[in-house]
Amino acid sequence: MDFDDEGSNFELKEIQTLSGHTDRVWSLAWNPATGTDDAQPVIASCSGDKTVRIWERSALTRSWDCKAVLEETHTRTVRSCTWSPSGKLLATASFDATTAIWENVGGDFQCVSTLEGHENEVKSVSWNASESLLATCSRDKTVWIWEVMPGNEFECASVLQGHTQDVKMIKWHPTMDILFSCSYDNTIKVWAEDDTGDWHCIQTIGESSNGHSSTVWAISFNAGGDKMVTCSDDLTLKVWEADIEGMRSGNNQVLWKHLSTLSGYHDRTIFSVHWSREGIIASGAADDAIRFFVESKDSVVDGPSYRLLLKKEKAHDMDVNVVQWSPGQENRVMASASDDGTIKIWELATSSN
Amino acid sequence: MVSGLINANPVVYEKKERRQRPASIPDADEYSAEAIDQLEVFDHVRDIKDPEHPYSLEELKVISEDAIEVDDRRSYVSCFRVTFTPTVEHCSMATVIGLCLRVKLMRSLPSRYKVDIRVAPGTHATEAAVNKQLNDKERIAAALENPNLVDMVDECLAPSYA
Repeated sequence: MDFDDEGSNFELKEIQTLSGHTDRVWSLAWNPATGTDDAQPVIASCSGDKTVRIWERSALTRSWDCKAVLEETHTRTVRSCTWSPSGKLLATASFDATTAIWENVGGDFQCVSTLEGHENEVKSVSWNASESLLATCSRDKTVWIWEVMPGNEFECASVLQGHTQDVKMIKWHPTMDILFSCSYDNTIKVWAEDDTGDWHCIQTIGESSNGHSSTVWAISFNAGGDKMVTCSDDLTLKVWEADIEGMRSGNNQVLWKHLSTLSGYHDRTIFSVHWSREGIIASGAADDAIRFFVESKDSVVDGPSYRLLLKKEKAHDMDVNVVQWSPGQENRVMASASDDGTIKIWELATSSN
Repeated sequence: MVSGLINANPVVYEKKERRQRPASIPDADEYSAEAIDQLEVFDHVRDIKDPEHPYSLEELKVISEDAIEVDDRRSYVSCFRVTFTPTVEHCSMATVIGLCLRVKLMRSLPSRYKVDIRVAPGTHATEAAVNKQLNDKERIAAALENPNLVDMVDECLAPSYA
């Protein structure tokens, strides 16, 4: 998609504000099985109010309503939530050191499993593409890999040590069973399984490899899975690339290389970054703004560079904690959530001249 | 010598004379156009009690009006930077003091204000580590879910609500 040619200006249109949480909203996730002709879009959000809320857009009114409040399970802040690829299960990670697994049983969300083991706050949870593995990470510096067994049973397959500080987020590669983690120790780590079934850290991206100089808060992959973008307290976004064919052929020696650093665009911590199917990178930051970046065709010599497409100031009244593009049929629909306790649904539209 | 205290004999300074301010409404209008200045921020924190001694942060010169800076570079977001000076270089109470400052300002300033807290450069042995913790809002949020820590902070903040 070539945004340079689209000519006209972009604007971020606010579709709706979802209120209900009584504390900051830390994260949200679009249900990947929804947003089609048959299934209305569904979002799960999680908050400092210890609950998870499920929101659905009405087919009739096109307006979003809160369908369920998942409460009385987590005893502390729920920090992150994510749907399984099939959309059937929801995993929620909490400061209470547990990860809960929820299933929609006839409209009612029930907690079908609770994963314990981390010593303190769980920060993030991620399902792999085939739904056979779940990963969690914590302030206890470890990353846990869980095997998904029949009957909603989860067995700990590995406890990965290596980070020297709080692990902020983990994310499976979109197509391969390779796990990525980012941390308060300023590094990004890549983990893969060897022939004997043991998980190892196959790469650590630190400052010396053009890495971040402060806490790395989030990771996002492009549609092709050959690039990833990370965001940090060091006020930059960094884009990385790897030889995808090499990875597919099972070569664990494939390394991720620095491609580009986007600096000078943010002046407060960037908490979230998400790469859309079309290649638009959205960022959410502590200055209450949402920014969009696209690949710029101008720079050809050293490879692609990125330019700012749009900056939406005061997207929220307080810090933006998460930005997530919709996986549904509608292009350029996005959701964000904030310390102000709200979730906002947006459409990135081109304004006619 | 009193055992246990990090700094058993702190230097106590005189409190700065308080400027008369016009009476203000207790619950300041969230969207009031009136900007908040350094002195107002200082007024919110000057009487916070030190975690170890029965003196205020002002009396121990841990915090002063000059150490509060307004960062008004950006029109769409208002920031304050608060610099505090622990009484001794190895003060393990530095993170607690920083947390007290953060909590008091969180409760006292309209939510549109961003606050950065740091120790005065060169005054603490693990300055970078302390600053990083105090400015990681996820770590702060988790810490404030610890009832023991909240009790300690509330005790220090009590005198500052007058």
